[in-house]
Amino acid sequence: MSQWPVAVALARRELRSGIRGFWVLLACLALGVASIAAVGTVRSNIEKGLIDQGANLLGGDAEIELSYRFATGEEHQWMQDNSLSVSEIVEFRSMVVTDADAEMGQALTQLKAVDDRYPLIGEVRLDPPITLTQALAENDGVYGAVMHGDLINRLQINIGDSFSLGKNLYRLNARLAYEPDSVNVGFALGPRTLVHANSLKDSGLLGPGTLYSTKYKLKLPRDLDLEAYKKDAQSALADSGLQWTDRRNGSPSAQAFVQRVGAFLVLVGLAGIAVGGVGVASAVRVYLESKTQTIATLKTLGATRRTIFIAYLLQIGVMITLGVGIGVILGALLPWLFEPLLAEQLPIPIKRSVPILPLLEAALYGTLAGLAFSLWSLARTGEIKAAELYRIGSSRLRRFPPPIALLSVVIIGGLLVTAATLLSGAPKIALWATTGMVTTLIALGLAASAIRLISRALARGRIVRGRTGLRLAIGSIGGPNSDAESIILALGLGLTVIATIGQISANLNKAIIDDIPQQAPTYFVIDIQNHQFDPFIEATASFANLTKVDTAPMLRGIISKINGVNAIEAAGTHWTLRGDRGISYAQTPPQDTIITEGEWWPDQYSENPLVSFADEEGRELGLKIGDVLTLNILGRDIDATIANFREVQFETIGIGFIMLMNPSAIASAPHTHIATLYTEGDQEQDIFRAITSKFPNVTVISVKEGIERFAEILNGLAAAITYGSGATLATGLIVLIGAAAAGERRRVYESSILKTLGASRRRILISLALRATILGTGAGIVAIAAGGTAGWAVMTFAMQANYHFEFLSAIAIVVAGGLVSLIAGLLFALAPLNASPSRVLRSPD
Amino acid sequence: MADSVLSLDGVSLTLKGNAGDIEILKDISLSVRKGETVGLTGPSGSGKSSLLMLMGGLEKASSGRIKALGHELTLLNEDQLARFRMRHVGVVFQSFHLIPTMTALENVATPLELAGRKDAFDRALSELENVGLQDRVDHYPSQLSGGEQQRVALARASAPSPDLLLADEPTGNLDTANGAAIMEQMFGLRDRKGSTLILVTHDSEIARLCDTTLSLHDGRLETLKATAL
Repeated sequence: MSQWPVAVALARRELRSGIRGFWVLLACLALGVASIAAVGTVRSNIEKGLIDQGANLLGGDAEIELSYRFATGEEHQWMQDNSLSVSEIVEFRSMVVTDADAEMGQALTQLKAVDDRYPLIGEVRLDPPITLTQALAENDGVYGAVMHGDLINRLQINIGDSFSLGKNLYRLNARLAYEPDSVNVGFALGPRTLVHANSLKDSGLLGPGTLYSTKYKLKLPRDLDLEAYKKDAQSALADSGLQWTDRRNGSPSAQAFVQRVGAFLVLVGLAGIAVGGVGVASAVRVYLESKTQTIATLKTLGATRRTIFIAYLLQIGVMITLGVGIGVILGALLPWLFEPLLAEQLPIPIKRSVPILPLLEAALYGTLAGLAFSLWSLARTGEIKAAELYRIGSSRLRRFPPPIALLSVVIIGGLLVTAATLLSGAPKIALWATTGMVTTLIALGLAASAIRLISRALARGRIVRGRTGLRLAIGSIGGPNSDAESIILALGLGLTVIATIGQISANLNKAIIDDIPQQAPTYFVIDIQNHQFDPFIEATASFANLTKVDTAPMLRGIISKINGVNAIEAAGTHWTLRGDRGISYAQTPPQDTIITEGEWWPDQYSENPLVSFADEEGRELGLKIGDVLTLNILGRDIDATIANFREVQFETIGIGFIMLMNPSAIASAPHTHIATLYTEGDQEQDIFRAITSKFPNVTVISVKEGIERFAEILNGLAAAITYGSGATLATGLIVLIGAAAAGERRRVYESSILKTLGASRRRILISLALRATILGTGAGIVAIAAGGTAGWAVMTFAMQANYHFEFLSAIAIVVAGGLVSLIAGLLFALAPLNASPSRVLRSPD
Repeated sequence: MADSVLSLDGVSLTLKGNAGDIEILKDISLSVRKGETVGLTGPSGSGKSSLLMLMGGLEKASSGRIKALGHELTLLNEDQLARFRMRHVGVVFQSFHLIPTMTALENVATPLELAGRKDAFDRALSELENVGLQDRVDHYPSQLSGGEQQRVALARASAPSPDLLLADEPTGNLDTANGAAIMEQMFGLRDRKGSTLILVTHDSEIARLCDTTLSLHDGRLETLKATAL
């Protein structure tokens, strides 16, 4: 006879008592699922918003971007013939100067020069609300301009004030309140200035070799097949080196950013689910312990192990479904509450919807985690024997479930890791992170066992004799039915996530704020024209505190082929192959060059083009001496043979080119020079002002400001992930409170005995506080060890930077662990302290 | 009474229940001399255990006075009562009530530690030897049989050499042989340490061993019979 009907009936009867005893399980699963569902929902809504607003974000239906040149007549003609309308935009970095002698008189800007048709789609919003045409119009020989508010504040200028860009004078006519085709979510130096393209004539800003890009926005019929049109464009403009974007993904950088941050937050959410899983395991164990008598009675009445297992699996299954359901509903609702707030913070459109897939993904994680962790305890129902009814005292379940159950747990855990790897959007990171979580859980479990063993040994040792409070505390940690595992696992995993973020963030900050500036130049100078090179060197020579000036010629080019094969197809999507790279030339090896393989070209070499390639990047691309790289420089293909590999130190932010060529190969092409200026003392601003006033077209970038901006973004990301991990810690706190609540009866019992033996309430309170603090501190110590290891791995292998153990962050984690556990412990100390020994211990009359 | 260690004068105990106040003990007056053994008998629900709890300061009387070893228990607060028990009282329960997270040795040493005794563990070991459990010192309660657990409880109660040893149906959960062994050890303890022993029992044989037997019925002390003086 099938055991299912009986098991279902038993489960149904048991469930009549409702969710009593299951609130920890429900809260843990609901919180974990809700955080993942909410992140997934927001991510999906942003992605939908990006797709819906694709044309607006792009400022057209498609965009053709060219580097360092305008479209040729033929290219222009093709675009005119194959679109409803074309708008031409030029973008580059430049210096805005209001007063060459004033400290706040110059600033870096991202300059955008537009034509009359801009924007083809969407609208520019200005403050005061005038039209863009009015704002950029020429009046009395002075062109108008608009600026981002940050730049206006920085320059301390007002609407109506004048400033210069290159040789030209402009008047600020409005603040740029909204620019439709600029979603800036990543690293950008200098806020926006918008001017009319006509104003660039005679400005001296677009000299030969200047680093600028042109963007051609195309308006197309709505029903056009964009994929076919893209192929047509790529074929018609085959050798143009164009970069294509269309409204299907109007802001690839924003989309990539949202995907990456979303993936990180989902992974942090998974850590929350893992912590919740510990709570589930603990809740199921406590529930089954409370059902020992019932199970023993059922066995006495003839119920098989299988029937009982199914009956309790069904009960727990119902609770898991309920917890996951609550989590999904919360996860779908939360973004509705917070989206207005998010919309203010993010320059990205958010579409309001309830997407099904992210909710299903969260439900899948929650269900798998719930099952894996509850099976651990459920499988031990088989150990409860009918004889329990005749035993005195509480029964104890074995530490590990039977092998078949262990195997099931491993399989379900494997499914969870696989699902996270496939669904998170960042498979490699997901695999590492989930492996890290499983390893951390195992390490925390081992650490909890070690803490119990040490406590047990210490409780028997002479060292604690006479210190009753301490001995009671550690005796309780090391003794039977200790909840040390639950507390250390739950709190430890939550703290590990925060410790890892803390270690990485502190190390990156140290590297960026402290280490890099020590070796980095003060200024990076770009766009020095050939004719300005000697005057520039002369100008810098007059500053005594300028300790070093490095210069190099620079062109930009794209590695289009490797040995005649498309580069991406030959070597994958390595960063050196994505977009254009700086290329320089040198007759002799630059100072301190270390050649790792091959030989430098002979003096006066003027045969076929040769290239010296960065060693590490070359190895990553699988390049070898003699390989031929096809470099598209200013629309012209040059085949260069790799002559040697050399070490390039990018971390010093000095001049470091992936590719150096022999001069005769490219020196005759239009190009500019870059320079790095190293200073000492406090004349930095004087040098800055002298260069910007003498060479108006030259752009001077403060490395310090760049570093600060980068650190700001990094800290913002770290903060977002830390807030995300708040849900993990909250789940940990629920598990702690659950453990404290589950242990309350035991502690009431123990303190009643202690009171009978003469212990004061103060002594009992000290013992309870010590116990909670020891466990929390233990969890904190394990967390910093795990977080430190993870931080070391990320810094060493992913960031390829030095790792320093950050004590401050570590101490904060240990203290937080102790405090959180203490608070949870003390919340449930009242009942043991007020327990009446008589009521608890007396036998019934 | 000059050698009285415990006296109760008009003591009542009323507890609040769901159906209103329940009078557990009504106007109890009695006196116990030093070294005396007193058996408390009576039907279930008569208030025997409650009376024992009052004597140990584990329950507070609703009215009346309880004086024990010079202390007016009704005037002491909870922590003062705990200190009183630490110095003067040992309790043995029917359900043993050992601390499950402590070994046998630790359970026995705890009251000595609470009293600040430096030799707590040596003394605890010696007490366990006295009850024949020298081989079980590192066992947790869950690893001991019922009889062994009760012997540990007895060792724990007697370790501080209490003036007053209170036992609440100490053999109620034990078989006949184990029960007899426990009673033998309990009376032996009285002989060795001169403690006053008050025990609640349903067993008339055990009651007969006591110097005095008090019988409770419906919260009142109905008979007071001195079986041996």
